[in-house]
Amino acid sequence: MVSTDFLAITPEIAVAVLALLLVAVALLLPQGARKGLVPLNVFGLLGILAYTVYDFFFGKMGPVFRGMYYHDQFADFFKILFLTAAILVILSSREYIGKWPAYRGNFYALLTAAILGMMIMASSADLLTFYVGLELMTITFYILVGYLPHDGRSSEAGIKYLVLGASSSAILLYGISFIYGLTGSTQLSGIGAQLGSSLTPPIILATVFLLAGLGFKISLVPFHMWAPDIYEGAPTPVTAFLAVASKAAAFAAVIRIYLVTLEHQSFVQTGVALLLILAALTMIVGNLVAIPQKNIKRLLAFSSIAQAGYLMVGVIAESVAGVKGVLFYAMIYVFANMGAFAVATYVGQAQGSDEIRDYAGLARRSPLAAAVMTASVLSLAGIPPLAGFVGKFYLFSAVIHQGYTWIAYVGFVMSMVSVYYYLSVVKVMYLGEGADLPDIPVHGAAKFTMVFTMLITLFIGLYPTPLAQMAISAATSLVK
Amino acid sequence: MSTVVFFIFAILAVASAWGVVTSKNIVHSAFFLALTFVGVAALYVLLNADFIAAVQILVYTGAVSIMVVFAVMLTLRGDVRESSEENRKWGWGLFTAGLLFVVIALVILTNTDWRILAGPWTVQNTAASLSKLLLTSYMIPFEASAILLTIALIGAVILAKGVKEDK
Repeated sequence: MVSTDFLAITPEIAVAVLALLLVAVALLLPQGARKGLVPLNVFGLLGILAYTVYDFFFGKMGPVFRGMYYHDQFADFFKILFLTAAILVILSSREYIGKWPAYRGNFYALLTAAILGMMIMASSADLLTFYVGLELMTITFYILVGYLPHDGRSSEAGIKYLVLGASSSAILLYGISFIYGLTGSTQLSGIGAQLGSSLTPPIILATVFLLAGLGFKISLVPFHMWAPDIYEGAPTPVTAFLAVASKAAAFAAVIRIYLVTLEHQSFVQTGVALLLILAALTMIVGNLVAIPQKNIKRLLAFSSIAQAGYLMVGVIAESVAGVKGVLFYAMIYVFANMGAFAVATYVGQAQGSDEIRDYAGLARRSPLAAAVMTASVLSLAGIPPLAGFVGKFYLFSAVIHQGYTWIAYVGFVMSMVSVYYYLSVVKVMYLGEGADLPDIPVHGAAKFTMVFTMLITLFIGLYPTPLAQMAISAATSLVK
Repeated sequence: MSTVVFFIFAILAVASAWGVVTSKNIVHSAFFLALTFVGVAALYVLLNADFIAAVQILVYTGAVSIMVVFAVMLTLRGDVRESSEENRKWGWGLFTAGLLFVVIALVILTNTDWRILAGPWTVQNTAASLSKLLLTSYMIPFEASAILLTIALIGAVILAKGVKEDK
């Protein structure tokens, strides 16, 4: 092991230090000065983000720690995504969290630790490292989901997530133990070399177990049952982070494990057939069940299930174009979803309600919030000229190029369905009366987050080239 | 000889696992759980993994089971003899579990391609070789688990504190 190995994991070390620093500072700060944690956390993460972007373009890439850890552009792309999502979550939730009792000040430290877990997941070259990263992320989320003080629904969501998450981890570990038994290795490269080209029942079983464990994190149908209840019960900023970053981290792992490690063996034969069905089901169920929802967090939960289906289409394509589509879409999904959740957080804490009917007349009461929500949901629905259109175009054209046309048609039809429920939110905001509801002007960091996500969503929709090129170089660093 | 010992402890582990699930008194369940852990620890010894066996006894038997008993005693209201209620819908559960067991057992038993070491693993000082691995190749998962435990501890304190202040 050489010292450059440690240079390669600078972002991870910095995030770990920041998390521990936040724990200490939250203890030392006097009651009133707790707001100082927000700038400390945001500027710390911004610095790490800047370094990661530099590393993406100019860093020296290669496996480190005796092949236990990948330092490549694919991992860096996901790290940029996690850090961006975290910064947006922290900025949009400042007032929401400010209302909590003082001993809950460790929220920021927990959030930062979750980022560390995601980073380890995205870079791991070994199933053991991957599993520890996954648990670091998931256990932090168990705590964060049940974090709302004096709220039974939040505690209930926390317990549910704990029980279901623990069972899914057990299934995942069982799958990993099968793979170890078959190959004698937990390193991804060793597994890839050892697995024979023939398809045997244990390989199918291991593939299915791994997929079940990861599918839970992605909220792939039929492993999606937990999502609506937990998204609704959790504090809104946590829901946003769970929907965006945790899902992206699981996708990073799916792409690494399935596309790279199991490429020549089971994936092509069973994996694709299985994933095609699951992706189609995910898109259909997510979009259809979203239609009757009355609560904005539940609506966004089902929408995020559907979005996982679209992303899965890119994984099925199994090509540079497909992975590029996933990376591109995951990044713009961060901005679109964070915009929607920033508005949901703000309106939720101002009005004390997450029901869609309480968004009535939001266009008059808070024009900026209504405009940002509209831009975000239209981007999620894939309406041009917003970024979501370009993302879906990349995903579906990649899968059509590989010959799976019908799954792309399912995606098109379901995108059309999704326009209906997304627009019903817009209709309530612009045509609803809401005469008895208060005016809620947006200001401060939340205003910045909303404007920033809206502008980025519009900008990438009009000029997707820079992000697309980053996604291509990240995808080629992976699929050789 | 070692086959006989294996079966003694394997049967002990499985039988006490059965006891964990069926016992109506949750404290009895916790003690059965400790017995299961001892059985598994003995299996580790048979695999020459003496360090893991010691950790298994120290952490699982010594700490985890006792922690369960403490948690039960501190939180339980009502009669301890009926603290672990039976689930009425066991029929479907039995069916699903049985089916899954048969499928997995068939797959495992029919596969001939498991990577089995040619000879038994005979490193004498497993603690020393483990510690070397933990601080070289497996440094990242090792350090990440340290942060994981810290965070879990902080989270437990925060959540428990909230409950206390509610009252």
